[in-house]
Amino acid sequence: MPSKVEGWKDEVYGNEIRDHLFEFAEQGWDSIPEDEQDAWFERFKWWGLYHQRKGQESYFMMRIGTPNGVLEPGQLRVVGEIADEFARGPVDNPEFGGAYADWTTRQSIQLHWIKLEDVPDLFEKLEANGLSTIQACGDSWRNIVGCPVAGKDEHEHVDAWPVARRLHEEFKGNEAYSNMPRKWKVSVTGCDEGCGQGDINDLAFEPAVKELDGEAVTGFNVRVGGGLSRKEPRFARSIDVFCTPEDAPKVSAGISALFRDYGDREDRFNARIKFLMDEWGPEKFRQVLQDEYIDYELPTAGEDLRDQYTYNAGDGEHGDHVGVYDQPDGKNYVGLSVLTGRMGVDDVLELADLAEEYGSGEVRLTQRQNVIVTDVPDDELEAFLDEPLLADYSPDPHPFMRGSLACTGTEFCSLSITETKNRMVRYARWMRDNVDVPEGVEDFHVHLSGCTASCAQPQIADISLRGMKTRKDGEPVEAFDIGLGGGLGENPHFADWVEMRVAADEVPGYIQNLLGEFEDRREEGQSFREFIAERSEEELQEMGEPEETSYEDPYMHNTKMTWYPYAEEDDMADSPAPTDAQGKSLPADD
Amino acid sequence: MVTSIHQLDDGAWISVNDVREVNVSDLWWLARADFCDCEMSDFLAEGFVEVGVHPPNVTARIAGQCIACGESGVTDWLVVGRVDPDTGTFRGVDTGSVHVPRRRSRLAGPPEE
Repeated sequence: MPSKVEGWKDEVYGNEIRDHLFEFAEQGWDSIPEDEQDAWFERFKWWGLYHQRKGQESYFMMRIGTPNGVLEPGQLRVVGEIADEFARGPVDNPEFGGAYADWTTRQSIQLHWIKLEDVPDLFEKLEANGLSTIQACGDSWRNIVGCPVAGKDEHEHVDAWPVARRLHEEFKGNEAYSNMPRKWKVSVTGCDEGCGQGDINDLAFEPAVKELDGEAVTGFNVRVGGGLSRKEPRFARSIDVFCTPEDAPKVSAGISALFRDYGDREDRFNARIKFLMDEWGPEKFRQVLQDEYIDYELPTAGEDLRDQYTYNAGDGEHGDHVGVYDQPDGKNYVGLSVLTGRMGVDDVLELADLAEEYGSGEVRLTQRQNVIVTDVPDDELEAFLDEPLLADYSPDPHPFMRGSLACTGTEFCSLSITETKNRMVRYARWMRDNVDVPEGVEDFHVHLSGCTASCAQPQIADISLRGMKTRKDGEPVEAFDIGLGGGLGENPHFADWVEMRVAADEVPGYIQNLLGEFEDRREEGQSFREFIAERSEEELQEMGEPEETSYEDPYMHNTKMTWYPYAEEDDMADSPAPTDAQGKSLPADD
Repeated sequence: MVTSIHQLDDGAWISVNDVREVNVSDLWWLARADFCDCEMSDFLAEGFVEVGVHPPNVTARIAGQCIACGESGVTDWLVVGRVDPDTGTFRGVDTGSVHVPRRRSRLAGPPEE
């Protein structure tokens, strides 16, 4: 029997949700009939609006999908202005202030505390500036990711940006693919470094060369079925198909139609295509694709470039895009580190100014929650690097500040077990001030995810932190499972979960002890990933004792039980939600 | 009065009559559960896998793990609260007290031993 969500989708889904959304916005939040709220909130996701967690009723997270992370000139300013005007909640965040923007691990943008009543004005401003929230969440084609410097990279095999843009144009708002069994994540990589992270996407286009009709053709090999969620991580598997950039829309249409038709609509936990791939295997998958969905003979896979992949491959060569790099046109791109991917709104607007002043105005978002200012000429570079804003968002940050990622966490998210972003900020600062950086390490990745949904992509980090609980002196406290040695590259590897249920205030001490032992025991020049890979589980468990240190954690209590973890009066009963369009509390229903 | 119940947002919470009532991330004490070898499982709820109604009880099978021994899995059916049949008002159970999972969701007779 189809799930309840499928029933709601059968009634109204896709583009048509917009009219209803605008009608509710016109009449106010409390015009949504109580017995229809769950159905509408599920549908609103398709238009990028996600109802915030318990205690924050009537407020929404809004996600803007920026394909390949590209913000064209002027768009960052629009994001900043929208955040400033519409994304202010009842209480400030102590680290980031009253309004801020989040850059996500899938090169999108998230704003919080959005009121339904503001949505029409918001959409008008976004769309007038070439931005949209369409299909940013929900069961559909999500934001298309890729190498964030596609088209501006000296390592380019094929320029993936026009391909990603074409797929974005073809599949956003396309009725034939608007109601999938579950989310559909696509990556297009054109560089020879593997920066598109195709391995962890549902559908991945990866650079390859194939001889067709006696000619070497540049294009993509196709992989299917990657993903990290639910303690069921999978790397995408080759389906032995090569496609040219021109054929990418056709192949995408075929594969996503296959998922639309064969994906599990009865059990949402089994719906992602990785599970269909588990069941069928790549040979059957290819056969069904060829027989039922593609009207030309699919070429077999070409020669890939995976043996050249350096991105997050563990050797420290190319862990991210932070720093100053040459573009093929003689200009430079400058990658700036954004701790946990969150920027206060004043900083967003200032960055927009700087991008216009020193570059073309274009800004790009990376899959490591960082930003890149492109098109900076050599003669402007020094002055740009001297800008005070770059002291906080550095192109040459401390290794622990550089590699620290975090998901949204209990601040807003229903699924998360723990507080994340503010804690990761505190971890990174404490590590910077207290932990010796192992020799030769320039970027060290610590990814903190509040639950098994894995939005911070913990399994592909040097140190993976996954939200948990434990008891300390008999009392429940927030905690983390700790995994080690994950990464991508030619031979990607998910982190091995080594130390379980470590109280949150003992995690920094654990990392300090672990890195001390790494430094003592490593062979000369050995990377952290290699060091972890060659040790047994028992050996790893013996290293790195969890320990309380001078680190202080203000979020040890059950932050999920609060209406907002940083409010002075944080009890659920103190929540002002739900509120009207002006943020005034609405009377409780009897 | 009909009780409407479903789990939403990837099993993050249970909605009862369109109100978010039961959330993941709580710790539950489970007794006589086959879930793990602990005398009492100290169970962290990480996701609601299935929900059911056995009037007046609202029940669920929950994915998670025992934080004492580390065993992961899905519980048998647990009562997560009760709906007043007249008013539809939901009262959640106290997760800090001790709970006993059952193997089925809809009972026609006495509880199965």
